[in-house]
Amino acid sequence: MQSVQEASSIGAAVIAAQSTFRRVMDATARPGSIEVIPEIAGAPAPLSQAAAAIALTLFDHDTPVWMDAPLASSEAVAAWLRFNTGCPIVADQAQCTFALVADASAAPPFESFALGTPDYPDRSTTLILQAATLTGGPELVLSGPGIRGTASLRVGGLPEDFVMQHAANRALFPRGVDLLLVADNHVAALPRTTIVTRA
Amino acid sequence: MYVAVKGGERAIENAHRLLAHERRGDASVPELSLKQISEQLSLAVDRVMTEGSLYDRELAALAIKQARGDLIEAIFLARAFRATLPRFGTSEPVETGAMQVRRRISATFKDIPGGQILGPTFDYTHRLLDPSLAGTSAPEAPAAADSDAATDAAPMPRVTDILGHDGLIEPSPVADEGAPVGDLTREPLNFPADRDLRLQNLARGDEGFLLALGYSTQRGYGRTHPFVGEIRLGEVEVEFLAEEVGFAVPLGRITVTECQMVNQFKGSASEPPCFTRGYGLAFGQSERKSMSMALVDRALRAREFGDDVKAPAQDEEFVLSHSDNVQATGFVEHLKLPHYVDFQSELGLIRKLRREFAEAQGERDPQLQEAAE
Amino acid sequence: MNAPAYNFAYLDEQTKRMIRRAILKAIAIPGYQVPFASREMPMPYGWGTGGVQVTAAILGPDDTLKVIDQGSDDTTNAISIRKFFEKTAGVATTTTTSEATVIQTRHRIPEAPLQEHQVLVYQVPIPEPLRFLEPRETETRRMHALAEYGLMHVKLYEDIAHHGHIATSYAYPVKVNARYVMDPSPTPKFDNPKMDDCPALQLFGAGREKRIYAVPPHTTVVSLDFEDHPFERYRHEAPCALCGATDSYLDEVVIDDRGGRMFVCSDTDHCETRRADGHRGVQPEALA
Repeated sequence: MQSVQEASSIGAAVIAAQSTFRRVMDATARPGSIEVIPEIAGAPAPLSQAAAAIALTLFDHDTPVWMDAPLASSEAVAAWLRFNTGCPIVADQAQCTFALVADASAAPPFESFALGTPDYPDRSTTLILQAATLTGGPELVLSGPGIRGTASLRVGGLPEDFVMQHAANRALFPRGVDLLLVADNHVAALPRTTIVTRA
Repeated sequence: MYVAVKGGERAIENAHRLLAHERRGDASVPELSLKQISEQLSLAVDRVMTEGSLYDRELAALAIKQARGDLIEAIFLARAFRATLPRFGTSEPVETGAMQVRRRISATFKDIPGGQILGPTFDYTHRLLDPSLAGTSAPEAPAAADSDAATDAAPMPRVTDILGHDGLIEPSPVADEGAPVGDLTREPLNFPADRDLRLQNLARGDEGFLLALGYSTQRGYGRTHPFVGEIRLGEVEVEFLAEEVGFAVPLGRITVTECQMVNQFKGSASEPPCFTRGYGLAFGQSERKSMSMALVDRALRAREFGDDVKAPAQDEEFVLSHSDNVQATGFVEHLKLPHYVDFQSELGLIRKLRREFAEAQGERDPQLQEAAE
Repeated sequence: MNAPAYNFAYLDEQTKRMIRRAILKAIAIPGYQVPFASREMPMPYGWGTGGVQVTAAILGPDDTLKVIDQGSDDTTNAISIRKFFEKTAGVATTTTTSEATVIQTRHRIPEAPLQEHQVLVYQVPIPEPLRFLEPRETETRRMHALAEYGLMHVKLYEDIAHHGHIATSYAYPVKVNARYVMDPSPTPKFDNPKMDDCPALQLFGAGREKRIYAVPPHTTVVSLDFEDHPFERYRHEAPCALCGATDSYLDEVVIDDRGGRMFVCSDTDHCETRRADGHRGVQPEALA
């Protein structure tokens, strides 16, 4: 019989998943901070590098995934996700654990996703929004848990009414969705607790 | 002189070495083989497989040997190994009606189609220690079954199915093919829990705990008027529906004990009086376990039948939260771990409260205050 | 026989994903207890299985791990858990608080201030702060949903009525981000103020009870109290006999059977670091 030590093979995928998770965890714990995600190969467009790496790290049989039109219309994306993660792809936004949004500016209203219940606010959707940029857009000022004083984030390509929508989401606390913003191989997070204002 | 706690690592290693030594016992006594355990302590193996939720006689025997015969420790070993195994899916429901029966008794009817089969049982043995077992024993070969082909081939319908024909017992709930089967090892248990999760919890639950709860229902703490409709022991086929091939493929045969309790139900405004069911199923020959499970299953259906929920055995949160002996033993035994930080806090508090008490008393009785100081 | 084979950091990847998802939701809802499908670990429930699962889900090859129990790196359970991760994940370990990236703890928060890059993982036996006031999960879940914490205030106030002050000395309840009442695990209330506005991420794992919760960095954590009876940190009456520290939590050590006592730092790394820096208590030679 093998001992634990002999059998603990450090697969590259195992380490990549750990590394990606830690970046996402750090981003969530410190809203506004931008984390670099390890590169992965073979993600089909229009799925971004970071979104694909997050999918490999967090998606599986237990996580229904919803996709917006640009992603849903790509058979290659659906096939890649199914093959690599086994996640069910669903058409109902209110039933998904994760939502993949290629065009963040046209994201559906946040309240159309799973918002959790007062008893189980954790049963809510995490949206992965592919933004144009995390550094070159209009400045958002952030405060709340995870932030010492205030932080700022310059996301490009968000919906016009993003600040209002996020405020409405925050008002639902402890219910609400959580956002992961990705661009290329970067990720930042805006959990439901973050207070977002325009600079 | 204060000696800081150091050298813990050496102490742990030495303790484990000593444990291995004690486990082996007197080296002049031949070592137990796993085959000996699985063949000759087979009911211990059955219990470890049942409560360990892992059908593997050899691993269960290994666990018993490693645990020095401590069955809860062995169950823990089996569970910890099981937790690392990938989960491929859910098997098809086993068809106990098609069981190759080795024992089958009913307490509700004198004669039943297929007959009563006593099988290998302690029932009706006189519990007299048998000195002949102290040495090597060569038991007689089992009596051969009558070569009467009619009884061999006779179908053995479940007693509850016989009652079901006349509508005297509630129908067995029809499984929703599309609905996923709950698995509390993959999803945390929430309350109220559905019956699939309750039964899974009870199947993994501690035999002693369920025995005591089942017993309590017989003594009036949530009485259900139970009868043993049937207990059957034997081999059933396990099948798995492989998506790729499109049909169920057999994985192998397992031994199970099934107990169906038949319980009285007086009916309600909307339901006519009929019998109700309590269900128990366990790996191997685990009769006490499957009977206790069936009693507790029925007691936990109290809400469904509008019974007053008054007794511990009917209290779903209480039963399901405390049935698991691996959880229970861990938390009870964790009291052995150091708690001196908390204790120090309590010590400080008690000293403060006593001082305040003495001061308050002293205002009334100065002598007492002096004595306290 | 099915020869057992185990993954990096013991847990299989599917389990890690499930725990990781729970951790992210826990951080997003500070102080809320996220249910998770806790696995049977190769150590008993109640001995740190929740903390171990959280640590196993976050730990990577670049991490440096510190494990303490009762503030000490040398207690047997701390050693046992540290060895488990050395063996299954091959990570570097340390006893020095400032060098660690992940610190798993039972019953203490280190004395040295935690830093931005660190994660503190608490082992939690009973995550529900309301459990001893209301044993039913269905009821306590409702109370959290409605932020209905009157029962806790009544309990604390009864203490005051009976004893003149709050008689809870450890596992002292806190309110996180002005919303959820949370059990800080059985740390002495001395440690409670360290949780407030802490630069490190704090994660809590309860294996047997199958809950994970979190306090993000720089989040308000307030110990419950009353205006006329404010929270008081426990004060020791003596400095550490070894290093002379007056601001650390102390263990009381019984040195003979005639009532002899000495007080020493519970955080062994803190005490050793201070002594290495030349600090001395009244009995520095007492250390054998």
